[in-house]
Amino acid sequence: MTTEFATRHLRRIRLVLWGVVTAVLLATGGALMMRSYLLPPTSEGISVEVATIGETDIRSEFTLMDHTGRAVTEADFTGRWQLVFFGFTHCPDICPTTLAYMASVLDLLGPDAERVVPLFITVDPARDTVPVMAEYVAAFHPRLVGLTGTEAQVAEAARNFRIWYERMDDENAPDGHMMAHAGHMYLMRPDGRFDDVFQEQDQSPQKMAGQVLARIQESQDVK
Amino acid sequence: MRVLIVAALAVMLPLAAHAEVVVTDPWARASILASRPGAAYVTAESDEDDRLIGASTPIADRVMIHAIETDANGIGRMVHRKTLDLPAGEAVDFAPGGMHLMLMGLSEKLVEGTTFPLTLHFEAAGEVTVNVPVLGVAASRLDEGSK
Ligand SMILES: [Cu+2]
Repeated sequence: MTTEFATRHLRRIRLVLWGVVTAVLLATGGALMMRSYLLPPTSEGISVEVATIGETDIRSEFTLMDHTGRAVTEADFTGRWQLVFFGFTHCPDICPTTLAYMASVLDLLGPDAERVVPLFITVDPARDTVPVMAEYVAAFHPRLVGLTGTEAQVAEAARNFRIWYERMDDENAPDGHMMAHAGHMYLMRPDGRFDDVFQEQDQSPQKMAGQVLARIQESQDVK
Repeated sequence: MRVLIVAALAVMLPLAAHAEVVVTDPWARASILASRPGAAYVTAESDEDDRLIGASTPIADRVMIHAIETDANGIGRMVHRKTLDLPAGEAVDFAPGGMHLMLMGLSEKLVEGTTFPLTLHFEAAGEVTVNVPVLGVAASRLDEGSK
């Protein structure tokens, strides 16, 4: 293994680990939920074990309810690329910023936008009901699909996407809730497997749209 | 002459002892749904070391200083800061993904095109009130407006 390869390899692994989203949901009497199934690495000691539960294991598999109230699974979106973002409507900063950014990217994809399904999956299904999701996604993009479900369904979706979140108590939050997380967008391939991860602050929407288009193009050339 | 110098000193001393904070580029993002917390952003610069110790607005029950902190594992968390240091001559930026002023318990939705007053409380400089324009839901930076 050359040094260059090792470095690239590590970078890829890190990229995936950066793709972990944490939602801190401070609920009254809430206990820590969804403890890490993706073990955080020790600072520099990234092991092979971590790599094996890395990106190859990230997959789009879910049973949820879309914002029109229709029950959906990943099968409803197969054959199309997916741009997936986990968040919640009480998130004041990163969620609207990232969703607005995703909307810009979609517009910039031009005719190829048809081949990409933008999915916004809530990690706060108790409050983000179907009507709430409908109103929320409509504010960003007409094609944005909002997905919610039961706590168990959302937990399962998050598990398959390797999204990690936790719930905690906080007496500081007026309505018993306060949340936060870092915004990562997953690009998933038409077969539901992981392709890439993006963050809003890392590049302009133009650049991300270009990268997404390039990925779509490349996969066509292979066929 | 001596009286003049004394008078001049008397005027100058309190000025010199008083830090001044300039708050620029305030903005907030429009609410999509009612009863959701909002976020406001400003840039603050002090001419000497000072500290932001709080903020308030008549349209929200509480304004909290929040920072997004990302740990070694890449897990981001919204962290409540009681105070925020303003080193002399250094512009401190509130921006999406970094720091925001969280508006808790909004009395109404933030409507694009409206403004609201926001008062920042500084340890040395005292209170500074700015008028915050509400931009569109898609705004992520002041200069982009409501793209
Ligand atoms: Cu906040």
